Parts: sequence; structure tokens; C-alpha cells
Amino acid sequence: MTFFLSCLISGISLGSVYAIIALGYTMVYGIAKMLNFAHGDVIMVGGYVCYCALNYLGLPSLVSVLLAMAACTALGILIEGLAYKPLRQAGSLAVLITAIGVSYFLQNAAQLIWGATPKTFTSVVHIELPQTLTNVGVSSEALVTVLVCVVIMVGLTLFINKSKLGKAMRACSEDKGAAQLMGINVNRTISVTFAIGSALAAVAGVLLCSSFPILQPTTGSMPGIKAFTAAVFGGIGSIPGAFLGGILLGIIESLAKGYISTDLANAIVFAVLIVVLLVRPAGLLGKYVPEKV
Amino acid sequence: MLRKFKSLKKTARTDFFTYLGVVVAFIVMFALQQAGALSSSVSSWLVPICCFIVMAVSLNLTVGILGELSLGHAGFMSVGAFSGVIAAMSLSEAIPFAPLRLALAILVGALFAALTGVVVGVPVLRLRGDYLAIVTLAFGQIIKDLINCLLVGYDSNGLHIIFNLSKLTIEDLHMDETGIAIIKGAQGATGIEKLATFPAGFILVMLTLVIVLNMVRSRTGRAVMAIRDNRIAAESVGINITKYKLIAFITSAALAGAAGALYGLNYGSLVSSRFDFNTSILVLVYVVLGGLGNIWGSIVAATVLYVLPEALREFQDYRMLAYAVVLILVMLATNNDRLKALLGRLLPRRKEEKDRG
Repeated sequence: MTFFLSCLISGISLGSVYAIIALGYTMVYGIAKMLNFAHGDVIMVGGYVCYCALNYLGLPSLVSVLLAMAACTALGILIEGLAYKPLRQAGSLAVLITAIGVSYFLQNAAQLIWGATPKTFTSVVHIELPQTLTNVGVSSEALVTVLVCVVIMVGLTLFINKSKLGKAMRACSEDKGAAQLMGINVNRTISVTFAIGSALAAVAGVLLCSSFPILQPTTGSMPGIKAFTAAVFGGIGSIPGAFLGGILLGIIESLAKGYISTDLANAIVFAVLIVVLLVRPAGLLGKYVPEKV
Repeated sequence: MLRKFKSLKKTARTDFFTYLGVVVAFIVMFALQQAGALSSSVSSWLVPICCFIVMAVSLNLTVGILGELSLGHAGFMSVGAFSGVIAAMSLSEAIPFAPLRLALAILVGALFAALTGVVVGVPVLRLRGDYLAIVTLAFGQIIKDLINCLLVGYDSNGLHIIFNLSKLTIEDLHMDETGIAIIKGAQGATGIEKLATFPAGFILVMLTLVIVLNMVRSRTGRAVMAIRDNRIAAESVGINITKYKLIAFITSAALAGAAGALYGLNYGSLVSSRFDFNTSILVLVYVVLGGLGNIWGSIVAATVLYVLPEALREFQDYRMLAYAVVLILVMLATNNDRLKALLGRLLPRRKEEKDRG
């Protein structure tokens, strides 16, 4: 029972990280209709910036995290403006390949700047938990990760549904042409979406590295793919879907690791995704849009 | 003769030049290799280039002709590589003649990849667009992980295969003294006899071209392209969507398997992580940069983009960075309207043809 509980808790914590990344994926997909494969590498950049701020500049944890968020936001806007904006009218494959190019670029640039040898990340969480919690396998990192994820999820839902910019985002994702006619600055809205997504990626990167303290240029790619899977799992474009998909994926992965095999955990996660998509082709919470003839 | 050639259809002429180009390139490279004019590193590129040409052409069948984005093409290559290696190693006594063994291994690789193609294709092709892409990605990952758990050995009693979920080793296969270990779980296959040769690669490329080009120009190919252009319209004129999608998908998988078998038999050892997501993406890049649905484009792109990073090895750390920048710039340039208009003015004849078409 204790083993099951500890698996479950680490699963929820891992799932929260996936959920935060998936939120970024899903927002960008919803509005720009592109698979941003460079998202995973923005996570890695966030991790490195935070690492440098902590270890070289000696800044306090919270400031380091904020710095990482600021750096990733700037990076996100820069990538969008330089690489994706000129391709707004191009086919989806062209954008996909460009995103892959950006992903390669970030990985190799990181390798040049920080080297290929893994760095040991010092956790940004410094909270003492009471004995009763640590006994069942709750670490302070896990607790903070889950809390941050819930806060982000609630904040993002409020932002999308209540604020003017959020309304503009929803309008753009539904129909860009009509949104433009209503006086919405579509380009700026897309840039803002990228900025938010990248800031979330930075948070996810810091949390991921706090729980699994190995930081190297390829750190972001597997979580990136998994989070993408999570976003599709929950229904890509849907914010509650990304949250649900992320958490479920984390739990499945953690249970598979604990009970079946560490080597097969990824395969099981992907197999579950396939089964879910076969039953619900638009993901768990995605809307199925019938084709009009 | 020339007049007769000119009276051919444009597609037939393009196909002719595609074959001609491959044959000429082969003859030149083979002559240079036999004369000893190629450095050992350049000769070592020849077989992988053939493999990646086959991969790119076969993926073009799925992405360009069928119009479905596949992100797991390396998975089929992996299935083909490992089944081909198993076949070649277990037949080493039964068939001492190496070229025949290589041909059989390639056939086995293609067969197993085609079977995987059926298993993957039947459920996957029901999905559309990005959902299909993510499922093919997932299948690529699953295949990689499953092969990591395989233990395969061969002795006088035949093949021994176990699926390793705990900490089993190759000893647990209980082979007799003639046994050889073929796949050792995550360590992959070792001690492979290098059967692959450049002429074999050339023959495989030519076979692939014959299969793909004939298919594309046939009734089947037209049906597949009709599905790509408008699924609903194609269905309404009585085209069996599932059937034609499956034909294209399975052919593509089988060719990837054949390429994989050749690739696997070109190295002394093989691990499944060599066929990961990045390899799938690499091949996709060849296809997109060569032009969707453009077969000779895929061949040229695969060759150039394989050689480019290898030739830039002296720049070491900067080469992949340069590769990434080139990739982004090419995508930006080919999709730039102003550049397209400029090209259109420089090449008025081409534009005219397009307008007429």
C-alpha cells in the first residue's frame, strides 16, 4: 500500500510537470495550429538559466526562477518573431521543420555554452515537511510542483476566460480572419501566447530539474515529447485537457515504472495514448468536429 | 529518337532522368571506389546514403503522395534492421554465399516491417492530421523500447527468443555450445558480419524507385493522390479509402524495413536507440527539403544532407549548429513570397508552365 501510494505521489508530481509543459504546447497549438517541437528545449534553457543564476550569481531561489522565466519569455518571443512569423501563411510541414531546426539550434547552442557534461541542479525548494508526510513518500519538491501546477492551471483558466487578451486568444484560435476584422491584433496575440507558453516552460524546467537534478542539453527533449503526448491525450487545444492529460500520463508512467518495468514505462505510456486515441479520436476532452461537405 | 523522347509525357521524362541520374552517380562513385580514389571515410558513407535515399523515397510515399505526416518512420527501419540481422546471422551456416544471404536478410526485414506496417496502419490510418502524427511518433518509441527488451540467440536447435522484463541475461536462453547471441537487450546486436555492399545499396535504391514510381503513376497511385487532395471527393467517386491508404502505408513500411536491413548489416554492432525519434525527423527533413511528392528531390536531399554534416566534421561543435541554421534559413527562403516572385521573374518559362497547368 505504501509502495502504491509513493508511486502515485511521484506520478502526480511528475504529471504536474508534464501538465505545465502541456499547457504551453496546447495554447500554442490552439492559436497557431503548429506543433512547436522547440518547446521542450525552451524547458532546458530555463533550467540552465536558473542553474547559472543560482550557482554563478548566487541569487536567491525565487529571483533565479523569475530570471529564468524572463529569459525564456524573451527567447519565446524571439523565436516566434524570427522563425515562425514569416511562415504564417506557409504549410504546416514547413513550420514543423522550422520548429525542429529551432530545437536543434537550441540544443547545440546549449552544448556550446554550457558543455555536454551533465550538471547537478540544486533544488530551488527549501521547505521542511512534517514527518507524517515524508513517511508516505511526499517530498517537498513534489508538493511544490503540484501546488504550482494547480495555481498555474487556475490562473490560466481565469486569464483565458475573463481577461480581454484571453478573449482575443480564443477568438484568434477560432477564426483568425474574423478576429482580425473585429480589430484584434492577431500577430501580437500570437506573440503573447508564445511568451506565456515559454514562461510556463521555464517554470516546468526549474521544477523538473528540482525533482530530477540532472541538467544536460537533451534534458528537455523527452519531457517535451511526453508533454506533447499529454496534450494530445487530453485533447489538444483544450486547457483542462492538457492538465488532465499531464497528470494521468505522469501517474501511468510512475505506476508502470513501479509495477511492470522501468525500460518499458515509456512504451506503456505511448500504448495507452494510442488506445485512448482509437476510442476517442480527439483526445479525452477534445471536441470532435465533424467534417462539413 | 529525340523527337520520340520529347513526345513522352513530362512525368515519364522526369522518371527517366531520375533513373539515369542514379545509374550515372552509381557508376561514377563505384569506378572511383574501385580505383581507390575515395578516402575511407567517403567510401563508408556510400551504403548509409543508399539506405537513407530508400528511407526518404519511402517516407515521401507516406508524407508526399498519401499526405499523412508520419513521425515514426525510423521504427520500421528498426524492425527491418533487427529482423534482417537475425536472419543473416542465423542463416550464416545454411547459406554461405554472402550476397544471397544479404538479399534474404533484406527480404526478411521488408516482410517484418510490412507486418508491423499492417499492425500500425490499420488502427492509425483512422486518425487524421496531427493526431496521426503523434500516434506514429508513439509507435516509433514503442518499437524502440520493445527491441531494447529482446534477447535473441541462435544455436543448433534454432532460434531462441525471450522477452526480457526483469534482469535476465543472454545466459537465460539456455543455448548449447554452438549458440551465438544475436540481440542482447539494451546492448543491441553485436558481432554482425558486414554483408552490405555499395552495389547492393544501388540495387535496393533502383528497386525502390521502380516500385514507388510505377505505383505513383498507376491507378493505385492516382487513387492515393486523390485521397490526399480531397478525401471526401475521392470517397464519393468510389475509391476505397482504407484500402489505398493501407497499400501506400505498408509499401512505405516495407521499403523502410529493407533499408533498415541493409543499414544494420553495414555495421559491426547495432543498438535500437540509433533508430529513435531524431532519425525519423532526419528522414522527414530530407523529404520536406527535397519537395513533397518529388521523388528525385528526396534522393538529392538525402544525399546532400547526409554528406553535409559528415563533411563538416572538422568544425566539430559548430556543425550541428550550422545545420540547424541552414535548415531554418532554407525553410524561410522557400516560403518567402518575395523570393518566389523574384524567381518567377527570373524563370518566366517555368511560371508559364505553371499557369497553364
